[in-house]
Amino acid sequence: MVIGLGQLEATRMGTTLVASFLASLVECVEALTVVLAVGSVRGWRSALAGAAAALALLAPIVATVGPALTRIPLHGLTRIPFHMVQLVVGAMIVLFGMRWLRKAILRAAGLIAMHDEVAAFAQRAAAIREAEASVAQLPKGAHGWDKIAFGAAFNVTMIEGAEVVFIVIAFGAGGAGLLLPASLGAAAAALVVAGSGFALHRPLARIPENTLKFLAGVVLCAFGTFWAGEGAGVAWPDGDLAIVWLIAAYLGVALALMPLCRASAHAVLAED
Amino acid sequence: MRWIKSIAREIFGLFVDDGSFAGAILIWLGLAMAGVPRAASNARWAGPALFAGLALILIESVLRFARRRTK
Repeated sequence: MVIGLGQLEATRMGTTLVASFLASLVECVEALTVVLAVGSVRGWRSALAGAAAALALLAPIVATVGPALTRIPLHGLTRIPFHMVQLVVGAMIVLFGMRWLRKAILRAAGLIAMHDEVAAFAQRAAAIREAEASVAQLPKGAHGWDKIAFGAAFNVTMIEGAEVVFIVIAFGAGGAGLLLPASLGAAAAALVVAGSGFALHRPLARIPENTLKFLAGVVLCAFGTFWAGEGAGVAWPDGDLAIVWLIAAYLGVALALMPLCRASAHAVLAED
Repeated sequence: MRWIKSIAREIFGLFVDDGSFAGAILIWLGLAMAGVPRAASNARWAGPALFAGLALILIESVLRFARRRTK
């Protein structure tokens, strides 16, 4: 079977979009939980304004840093060789993806606790109520802005948003034309999560966070290995299509590791 | 500027939560870059070997964690 250049490009762009969507979805769900907790305890206006202010700060970072990174090989803006950029970005994606994949395998095996959005929401709301009581009704700003709500929503959106920015830039830096699908994937994740949060007004507990992290971890590891390899000068068999083989290989390894870890988890339960 | 510190800590935490795991990955990638001569990197085994090393690091780290929990 002959695979055309267009098909390879489509594969690369498609996997970039899906990987960026999955990875960003996890971060957006975590941010939404905190913004919902802040909004429900302190009021929606300041919480939403804080989240919007953070997004307004983050958007220009993607708009400027992302295209600059992908332009390096075309215009020689810096003396950094492109293969070094690929190697560094690839290494960062491998570190990021392996960390997620390792954690998802350990969670699935029952060796560490699953992330619970409802519990996280309750914990955050309780912390805000406690802070509220200790400062004894902090006065609102001149225009009725709640500094606690604004600050808490701004912080979490900035932190989780910075992680999404990293995801987008890392995927976008892999080659010319990849920033757009990476950005679209992240934007779609943000819209899906924000829309669901707006409609439901409660944390997205039904989103299978660990499964998402597992799948995103597999895809991130595959992308990172591919780009780090390209940066090191590796000639991949089948070119860009090697990403698909790497996804299958990492998935196989991760799925095989689960029963092995479960056996260990059962041994722990038996001891208890 | 507390939030800048929080972001820096979070960003670092994106890549590292188990130091030896992250260290092993970086060492393997460093070896792939520095140790593999350019001529050999054109060989068809270089890519699969890079993957195999990373997969072994993942397997070792996960199983080591599982063993530690069973003790």
